[in-house]
Parts: sequence; C-alpha cells; structure tokens
Amino acid sequence: MKAEEARNFYTESRGLKSWLFTLDHKKIGILYLYGILTSFFLGGVFALLIRWELLSPDEVIVTADQYNQLFTLHGAVMIFLFIIPSIPAALGNFVLPLMIGAKDVAFPRLNLASWYIYIFGSLFAIYSLVTAAVDTGWTFYTPYSTETNTSVIPMTIGAFILGFSSIFTGINFIVTIHKLRAPGMTWFKMPLFVWGLYATAIIQVLATPVLGITLALLIMERAFGMGIFDPALGGDPVLFQHFFWFYSHPAVYIMILPGMGIISELISTFSHKKIFGYKAIAYSSLGIAFTSFLVWGHHMFTSGQSEYAAMVFSFLTFFVGIPSGIKVFNWISTMYKGSISFETPMLYTMGFLFLFAIGGLTGIFLATISVDIHLHDTYFVVAHFHYVMMGGTVMAFIAGLHYWWPKMTGKMFSRLWSRITFAVIFIGFNMTFFTQFILGTKGMPRRYYSYLDQYQPLHGFSSFGSFILGAGFFIMLIYLIHSLYRGTPVGNNPWGSLTMEWTTTSPPQLHNFDETPKLEHGPYDYDKIEVEPTYTK
Amino acid sequence: MSTTMKNTAEHPAYLQHHFSEPEQQHESVKFGMWLFLLTEVLLFGGLFLAYAVFRAWNYEMFLNSHQLLDVKLGTLNTIVLITSSVSMALAIRFTQMNDRKKTLISLFITLALAAIFLVVKYFEYSHKIHEGLLPGKFFTFSGIEGDNPHIFFSLYFMMTGLHGIHIVAGMSVIVYMIVRTWKSHFSSEYYTPLEVTGLYWHLVDLIWIFLFPLFYLIG
Repeated sequence: MKAEEARNFYTESRGLKSWLFTLDHKKIGILYLYGILTSFFLGGVFALLIRWELLSPDEVIVTADQYNQLFTLHGAVMIFLFIIPSIPAALGNFVLPLMIGAKDVAFPRLNLASWYIYIFGSLFAIYSLVTAAVDTGWTFYTPYSTETNTSVIPMTIGAFILGFSSIFTGINFIVTIHKLRAPGMTWFKMPLFVWGLYATAIIQVLATPVLGITLALLIMERAFGMGIFDPALGGDPVLFQHFFWFYSHPAVYIMILPGMGIISELISTFSHKKIFGYKAIAYSSLGIAFTSFLVWGHHMFTSGQSEYAAMVFSFLTFFVGIPSGIKVFNWISTMYKGSISFETPMLYTMGFLFLFAIGGLTGIFLATISVDIHLHDTYFVVAHFHYVMMGGTVMAFIAGLHYWWPKMTGKMFSRLWSRITFAVIFIGFNMTFFTQFILGTKGMPRRYYSYLDQYQPLHGFSSFGSFILGAGFFIMLIYLIHSLYRGTPVGNNPWGSLTMEWTTTSPPQLHNFDETPKLEHGPYDYDKIEVEPTYTK
Repeated sequence: MSTTMKNTAEHPAYLQHHFSEPEQQHESVKFGMWLFLLTEVLLFGGLFLAYAVFRAWNYEMFLNSHQLLDVKLGTLNTIVLITSSVSMALAIRFTQMNDRKKTLISLFITLALAAIFLVVKYFEYSHKIHEGLLPGKFFTFSGIEGDNPHIFFSLYFMMTGLHGIHIVAGMSVIVYMIVRTWKSHFSSEYYTPLEVTGLYWHLVDLIWIFLFPLFYLIG
C-alpha cells in the first residue's frame, strides 16, 4: 500500500520538539487529546473504586474518610481536567479551522500556552492527590472546605490555573470564528459545530473568571480567615454557594453545547440529509448560553434562599430546557426520511438522543421545587447529571472522536469492535445509572459511604454495570490504538460529509489549505450536492 | 509557523501566516484583547459584588473602618495612575507619528508612574501592618466601631492586592514594549502590541478609579 511517503502535518515536521513547541492547531488538539484521555482514565479509576466500595454498606476497600476523597477527586478530575476542556480543546482545536477554511486559529501561540497551562494546572490538582487529598466534594462548600485538614489550597489553585486554559481557548475561538472564516461563509453558512463552539466560548469567557475569584476567595478565607464565608466572623456560607454556582451552572452548558454541535453534524451526515431547522439550532445555542447564567439557584433550593428567588430560578430552569428540546426535535426531524447509515459515530449519536432526553427531562423534575425538596442530594441528582454529562457529552465526544478519527489519523478503526463496544457501553451505562434514579427516589443520599441494607441490591447492580462500562472503554482503547498501526487507510471523505474539513487529505496538510478555499455550497446541502462516502462495506 | 523575517510589501514580517491581511490581524488582536478585558471585569466584578454584600450588611462598620485609610495617599495614587494612562496613550500617539524617541520616553514615564503607585501602596500597606489593620484572623486593631471590622480590611487588601498584581503584570508587559520599541519593531504602519498594551493599562487604571471612591471616599 505504501508507494511513496505521504506528506501531511505529521510528516512535515517531526520529533518531540516539533510537538512541544508547535503552533499548529492540529498538533495542539492532539496534545490536548492525550491529556483529556489520561484525565478520563484517572477519573474513571476513581469512579470504579467508588462503585467497588459501594458494593457493601460496610468497608470494602477504603475507609469513610478515603471514600470522601475518592468522590471529590472523581468529580474534580472529571469536571476540571476532562469534561470542560474535552470537546473544545481536543476536537475543536483540530477541526474548527478546517471547518471554516482557515489555516489556524486566531492566536496559535495563545493556543499552545493554553495547553501548557492545562498541563500545569492538572499537575497542581493531582499534586493535592499525593499530599492530603481533598475530601470536600468537588463543590468545595464552606464551612467544611475552610476547616478540613486536606489539601484544599493546592487543588483550588490547580482549578484556578485550569480556568485560564479554558478562558484562553474561549477567547481564541470567538476571534477565530468572527475573523477567520473563508470568503462566502457567512454566519448562517457555518457548520453547527462552529455555532456550538461559539456559544460555548462565550460562556467560557464570561463565567470562568467568576469561578476564579470564588476559588481565590476560598483560598483567602482558608489562609487568612477573611470572614467572608464564616458566620462566626460575620460571613455567610450561602454566599459561597451563590458565587460557586454562578460559574458552575453555566459550566455544565460549556460541557453540553459542543456535544450538541457534534450531534448536529453527525445526524446530518449519517442521515445523508439537510439538517432540519438550522437557524433554530443555531439560535438555541445562543439562547442556552444566555439563559444558563440565570438559573444557578436551582442548585440551592434547600439552602435557605428566599422562596421568591427559588420560584424565579425554577421558572427560568424550565425555560432553559426549551432550546434543548428544540434541538432534539430538530435532530429527529432531520433523521425522518433520511438515508440513515449505522456507522459507529451514528450509533453513539442515537445513543445520545435517548440518554440526553432522559437526562434533560429529569433535570426538569429537579427544577420543580416541591419535587427537589425530596430529591436534592439523593442519587436521583447523581443519575441526572451522569445522564447529561456522560450519556450526553461523553457520548457526543466519543461520537466525534470516532467521526474525526480518520481525518486526524488517516486510518479507520474496526467497525465490528467499535459496534460491540458501543453496545457494551450503552448497556453498562444504563445499568449503572438508571438504577441510581431508583435509588434516589427511594431516598438513598449521595456522597454516603454507608447505607441501609435495603439499598444494597440496587447498589450492587449499579456497581456491576459500572464494571461493564469500564470494560467497554478499555476495549475502545485497544481497537483505537490498533487502528493506528493496522487500520484501513482512508481518503479525504470516508463518511460522505459536506463540511469543509472533509475536502482536505486525511490527515490534513501542514497549512490545511494551499489557497484560501471559497465556499461552494452550504454545509448540509445534501439535497443539492452528490457526495458518496468512500468508506463502505 | 513562519519564522522568516523577510519583509515584502504584500507580506510584511509582522503579518502572521494564518492571517491574509494586516488589517484582519490587527482587528483580531484588538478583539482578543477586549475579550480578555471582559474576563478581567468579571474577575474583579466578583469582588465588587462581595464588597456590595458586606457593605449592605455592615454599613456603619464600613464607614468607620474607612477612616483608617489615608485619603491623601489614595488621591495621590489616583492622580498618578490617571497620568500614567495619559502617558500610555501618548506613547501610542507618538508611534502613530513615527517618533520612536518620544514613544520610548512616554513608555518610561508610564513605567515610572506605575512604580510610584506601588511605592505609595507599599507605604500604605506597611502602615496598616504596623497598626494591626490586617485581613481576617491577623486583624488586631481595636478602635473601630461596628462588628467584624476585619471584613473591611480583608476586602481592602484582597481588592487592592489583586489590583496591584495587575499593575505589576502591566509593568512587565510595558518593559517588553520598551524593548520592542527600542528595536524599531513598531511604526505608524504597525503598532498593534502597543495598542493592546494600552487597552490593558487603561482597564487597570479604570479598576482603580472604582476602587478608590469605594474604599477611600465613603461616608
């Protein structure tokens, strides 16, 4: 198969320094991908340890204090080191300039800096692991977080540093999308993944600094006893919650919006059909970004905030579900009468539709104050956010990873094994987390090390599911690595898509495009343009 | 990724390879800086919010506490910073007029004024440390009426401290601009880094203009 050595961005500059000092968004995307996947693995190990411990109400492998550390680390690593950067920094960095016909992002050096900051911040956070690992929960609520003997300050400094990485990515993407689109690509001719990244970047820029200052205040409170959160010193612990959730609620939309962008791409490509309601989907991304800043109080219904505030937050939370619902209906409408191909990215996409619908709807249950009084801090909440974060974002991330894998590597993964893995993951996920909805409605509190005997069968079933889920990811790792060495080489457009990144070689050339491409057609004009996938049975 | 320094009419050395026109690069860089400034506003905004909340809860204490601040020094610092913003703006004006020497002088004046600001702050801080007017659990001063006067000083030190860190960061960027100006990197055709440095510096000045009345002039 090897006639001459193919020229692409890997071969044009080689060696470790060509990676560590690169300004190429494609290499930076891959550097991020390594970090993201390592963080996912680390967070996953913590998850499996948690589920293992929960097989029994008695001690299985860790003490109660160690258990508190486990769920804190699981949350902090998964949120700050994995999911927030995941799609934008790993997939977005690689794909965005190609999708809009640009040679790179607006600020390549800032891009590389954001990766180094990501690594540095991650090391800081992990350092707190090997000293006295934090046991406050990833939410760092006061007063416990100001009093505990564990390494709160290194962990929060790590999160603070990671925040800069997120902000720089956000600034880079906003300017890139405004300024570097190819001629002819107006806002409404951009792919919807770009809209998703844009809305995400807006939230990253506006919300992350508030987290920064919240963590800084926490550090000051711990180090200097500032008195801002401690009632004995004149402060207010609920103030911390307001500050914290003002960022952390929009943060969950940083997690889901890029995933939704990926789903829009994949639904259209694998239904071989024009996306239904392009403008509605585009505007709904912006609508979600805006409204996401108005609902933070729904994490605090039981905190003692005023009833009137709670009612307003509840109403606005119902409201923010509407744009998400619009997207789901538009995606389904796209599939209707489409020519659907069940390649692995599409399997994960359809999995997303099902799992995100459950996750999103259960969010509405929790937004209902009278219901939340019973479900707050139970496993129902845990199940809800795992359905949206894992069943939503992670499924979309995997879908996107598989979709762009041939573009990034020039190789195709095993169709058989990827489909088997999808089944394993889908089953494992639902076993793990659907059970937790039931546990929650039966009253099982979250973050509890021990529990009443009556909950043990459900906990056992959930843990068993989590081991299956873990096995699925392990198989994925194997067949993806295998594809790098033995995968079928692919051409420019294995899936038959109409977005611009598929006009380049797989992998792309060093500078992406020899000449600035001009837009010939819209990204979803399957009704006008003939395009055949080159990867077929 | 081009590192060649060749300078042609169509492709000046400062034009980075992923931009097609100098104007596109210029607008993009300015836009990027404005976005960064927006994040700074949100960062300080959180602290201003904390100030608002605690002042609402402890109004008398705030008024009493602020008496311990030196309004004269605060006013001096305000004049110093505003003047430094003027000299920063002048630096850019002189570059637009291709006057490298006056640009350098203006940048040095900006730097000097920033240093004066920090020196004044040093005197203010050391006086407070001497008096025991310290944040949080280190607060030992007695003589302020009202509950929990340490909160006022916690906020004072945190907000002016964070602002001071931004002054230091700005100073290092200005030093870098001085080096680049001296090396003739800038001209009326290209001075974008100077311009965005100026934008940053003006924001740092603006934040002080909010801090000053809220801490020094209340009551």
